Amino acid sequence: MNNFQLLEYAAWGLSALLGLWMLIDLIRTDRTYSEELLTSSQEGEIEDALVIDPTHQGGHR
Amino acid sequence: MTQTTAIHGEKISLLRVLGPGHVWALGVGIVLVGEYMGWNFAVGKGGAIAALIACWVAGLLYTCVAMIDSEVTSTVAAAGGQYAQAKHIVGPLMAFNVGLFLVFAYTMLEAANAITLGYLVQTVGSMAGFPETHDKPFIVLTIMFLAWLNYRGVYATLTFNLVITAIAFVAIWVLFFAVQPWSSVYMKHGELLTGLPYGWLGVLAALHFGMWYYLGIEGTTQAAEEVRSPARALPLGTMTGIITLLIAATMTWYICAGIMPWEYLGQAVTPLFDAARLTDSNVLMVLLFIGTIFSTLASANGCINDASRAWFSMGRDRYLPQVFGAVHPKYRTPYRSIVFLVPVALVFAYFAPLDQVITFSILSGLLEYTYMAIGVMMFRQKWPLGTIKRGYVHPFHPLPAIVLLLLCSATYFAVFLGYGTQLIAMMVFYIVASLWFALHRYKFVRRGAQFTMPWPKPVGY
Repeated sequence: MNNFQLLEYAAWGLSALLGLWMLIDLIRTDRTYSEELLTSSQEGEIEDALVIDPTHQGGHR
Repeated sequence: MTQTTAIHGEKISLLRVLGPGHVWALGVGIVLVGEYMGWNFAVGKGGAIAALIACWVAGLLYTCVAMIDSEVTSTVAAAGGQYAQAKHIVGPLMAFNVGLFLVFAYTMLEAANAITLGYLVQTVGSMAGFPETHDKPFIVLTIMFLAWLNYRGVYATLTFNLVITAIAFVAIWVLFFAVQPWSSVYMKHGELLTGLPYGWLGVLAALHFGMWYYLGIEGTTQAAEEVRSPARALPLGTMTGIITLLIAATMTWYICAGIMPWEYLGQAVTPLFDAARLTDSNVLMVLLFIGTIFSTLASANGCINDASRAWFSMGRDRYLPQVFGAVHPKYRTPYRSIVFLVPVALVFAYFAPLDQVITFSILSGLLEYTYMAIGVMMFRQKWPLGTIKRGYVHPFHPLPAIVLLLLCSATYFAVFLGYGTQLIAMMVFYIVASLWFALHRYKFVRRGAQFTMPWPKPVGY
């Protein structure tokens, strides 16, 4: 096995890890929060007044 | 303790943390790869002088795009960019189509960049004595890594783009001065410029790849809901972006056309890197190789950002299933849209040939520009100057829109010359998608809620 073959395996492995990380986080987020909250973004909200960051409210950890 | 439901009035929005530098990095980052590779196929179509004419004609086309974009976006500051603009100015069916143009233009460009990056790594492997190196693992890794970066937050994503795009841009400047454009040590324009080998038809055909110098600069608008000051940052980032690209495109042409014969340049894979190799400087070779890799990465990165915002906006308006309109509570990104588009990009990057993927991207972009010319004329007609607040007013209206329409028509013809079947196949695809939207999907759209701009009624309504 040469260096480039090792790099290829590393690339496959890293790709799988990143994909898995995104999938797990996606599922975890979807389970933790209500769909109503997750899809509450509205177009054209230029002012910050109503837009609350749940991370500052004891939300997602 | 986790919060599972919305407290009354609580909303999650995209995070507004970006400045004009990020907007510049988004626009130039998507495009600069076109200077490193791709533009030179215009040389193959009509010779070096034809490529220069194409460079400037396409530059004019994109200057019109940037000016029009800056005015409309400074008014309709919403994620989705031209999609949101089309929705407010023309109507839902046009908006649906523009949204699809955006998603396909950027996703195909992302796939093309990943293919290119895989090819570059494979080439390095071959040069290092490992001819059996595969490109596929690196194609997949490029897409997965950049999707992950985008998933984790827009600030880090576009700061990363800012750094690598700036390095790639500086590399072109370094090469420009290293080849001493004021002397004839490297530059042999007098010997290498041979007129128009295929006449003016060659110039027209060169327009197809002349677009490659600038394709994607209009993507700056996708950051509209994530910049701190949309009315200032978007026009500033977009206009400085197109100026950067005009300079980079002209320098690139000057270096390459003066150092390589057009017969070679017209089919070179990495023309700027090849120019560096011809100087016999290892430092320049390494720098331009890094520039090539960085520009490719920056382009794919920006494309993921833009495609996901367009897909997200359409989901939010229920033009697509509403699940795509979700924002990540921690990272404040359209995470479902980012993840959904990963397999789409992977399929095209893994199975489709590069030239087909690029052509699909160019054609989708071209359709989008055609809409922009028509859209801005309707915008000025329905809401004349003074009726709504604009962050930027583009000069000489309607001249830029008319020029844009004429140049788009010429470029359609240029694309038809080389890829007529793909042009027709793509038109059929968009017609079928439009039928699906009009006959099936539109009944799910919240018709009143989709129009969010606090504008007065348009003139004549």
